[in-house]
Amino acid sequence: MSGYTPDEMMAVQASRRLGDGSVCFVGIGLPSVAANLARLTHAPGCVLVYESGTIGSKPAELPLSIGDGELAETADAVVSVPEMFAYWLQGERIDVGFLGAAQIDRHGNLNSTVIGPYDRPLVRLPGGGGAPEIATGVRDVFVMLRHSRRSFVAALDFTTSVGDNVRVVVTDLGILEPVDGELTLVAVHPGADADAARAATGWELRVADDLRETEPPTAAELHALRALRTKGAAA
Amino acid sequence: MPQALLSDAVRELVRDGDTVALEGFTHLIPHAAGHELIRQGKRGLTLVRMTPDVVYDQLIGMGCARKLVFSWGGNPGVGSLHRLRDAVENGWPGPLELEEHSHAGMAAAYAAGAAHLPFGVLRGYAGADLAARTRVARIACPFTGEELAAVPAHRPDVGIVHAQRADRKGNVQLWGIVGVQKETVLASARTIVTVEEVVDELEPRPGAVVLPAWVVDAVCPAPRGAHPSYAHGYYDRDNEFYVAWDRISRDRDRFLAWMRRHVLETADVGEYLASLQEEEAVFA
Repeated sequence: MSGYTPDEMMAVQASRRLGDGSVCFVGIGLPSVAANLARLTHAPGCVLVYESGTIGSKPAELPLSIGDGELAETADAVVSVPEMFAYWLQGERIDVGFLGAAQIDRHGNLNSTVIGPYDRPLVRLPGGGGAPEIATGVRDVFVMLRHSRRSFVAALDFTTSVGDNVRVVVTDLGILEPVDGELTLVAVHPGADADAARAATGWELRVADDLRETEPPTAAELHALRALRTKGAAA
Repeated sequence: MPQALLSDAVRELVRDGDTVALEGFTHLIPHAAGHELIRQGKRGLTLVRMTPDVVYDQLIGMGCARKLVFSWGGNPGVGSLHRLRDAVENGWPGPLELEEHSHAGMAAAYAAGAAHLPFGVLRGYAGADLAARTRVARIACPFTGEELAAVPAHRPDVGIVHAQRADRKGNVQLWGIVGVQKETVLASARTIVTVEEVVDELEPRPGAVVLPAWVVDAVCPAPRGAHPSYAHGYYDRDNEFYVAWDRISRDRDRFLAWMRRHVLETADVGEYLASLQEEEAVFA
């Protein structure tokens, strides 16, 4: 594999699944990259909603935080945080919600709260933030997560959000989709294979009979992606 | 008051053991007021905030907090809050009780507090583990029977927010990402608003929130008082500071030395910013 990074591949794969005109609840990091890439390539009508209250943001550069000034300046509307969660998310105005996590299980349930017991955690993670209601309030949940046994676990340490609406999990090895209620490997990226995905999964991973290979990023996608150069390298 | 020195307002309005909410959703975070709480050595506070980021990391690391009520405790775009983690994982500098919610739950609790209702209602906390770990109850809709979540209202003793400006009578105006600040002020028994500037007259602005003087106890000039957060129309978010905070806060001694140098040994936001610039000049 050459010419693009695993993160770029993940952003491109997620971006291609966003339809023109779809309304997306976007978090910071890879989801923000993917949604902005969609907006700048095949889905100019894609609406980006950030939980800080900005609706229809069109940032020229990727923000470091979900509340950077540019998100408000380029938005169609800026609403309060209670309004965002009550009228827009709970009001079922959002089609797609992106989530990441520290852990995922075979049903798409996610943990972003603690590693270890809740009362005496080994690692206290930031917590769910908007995730619990995004997971139940949008039509389609997209998960973006690097594939490893640390993250793809047989049992979560804590269920931060439920997996009922998870439609796709994009990893650096391939694509998982729920089949009969269980995440199943349906595609691998060029250079990866089912064995690599199995080895990076903490449960016995189901693999689709017609396992596909994903299309690598096009030159146009990579160009748009790199032009969005992030402000903060750590983001 | 209404117009007061920040140090006087914090001395008069914030008591040890109070429940205090400093709000500002990435924008207009009242850092100057947080620093003043630290300088005055406030203790035993229950700190309420949706996104306890750097300002609460500082308050927790300096031993001001007994309990944290929150929904997302990280350094936005960067990673963990090391002082928050140290308090929860190792009890340093003291144990920290957590009351954890989702963003939607926190927002509903503030809105209920502003409306002087006992609880907020939402379609939330469904199926996840948090419900068993926090103050939330399932209730049935009296009309349809639908099961919903009830969260107890936030009614802080003191609400503290930062705004772009106020007029001389103490009317406050803020705009851009307005977060949950209006609800915080209206839900709180006492309120402090720090502002970028005091002007003769507030010009109307599209999308602005106006808080009339009579819902605010103290308006305190604190230009650049949101740093490293930002004030829309005044200055940008100091993204580099948030990245640098990860290194400063990782180690207890380095954190304490930084807090001494830049907060405890400075009198106000002007001296705080000057101390940061001096350090930058040394390391440049």
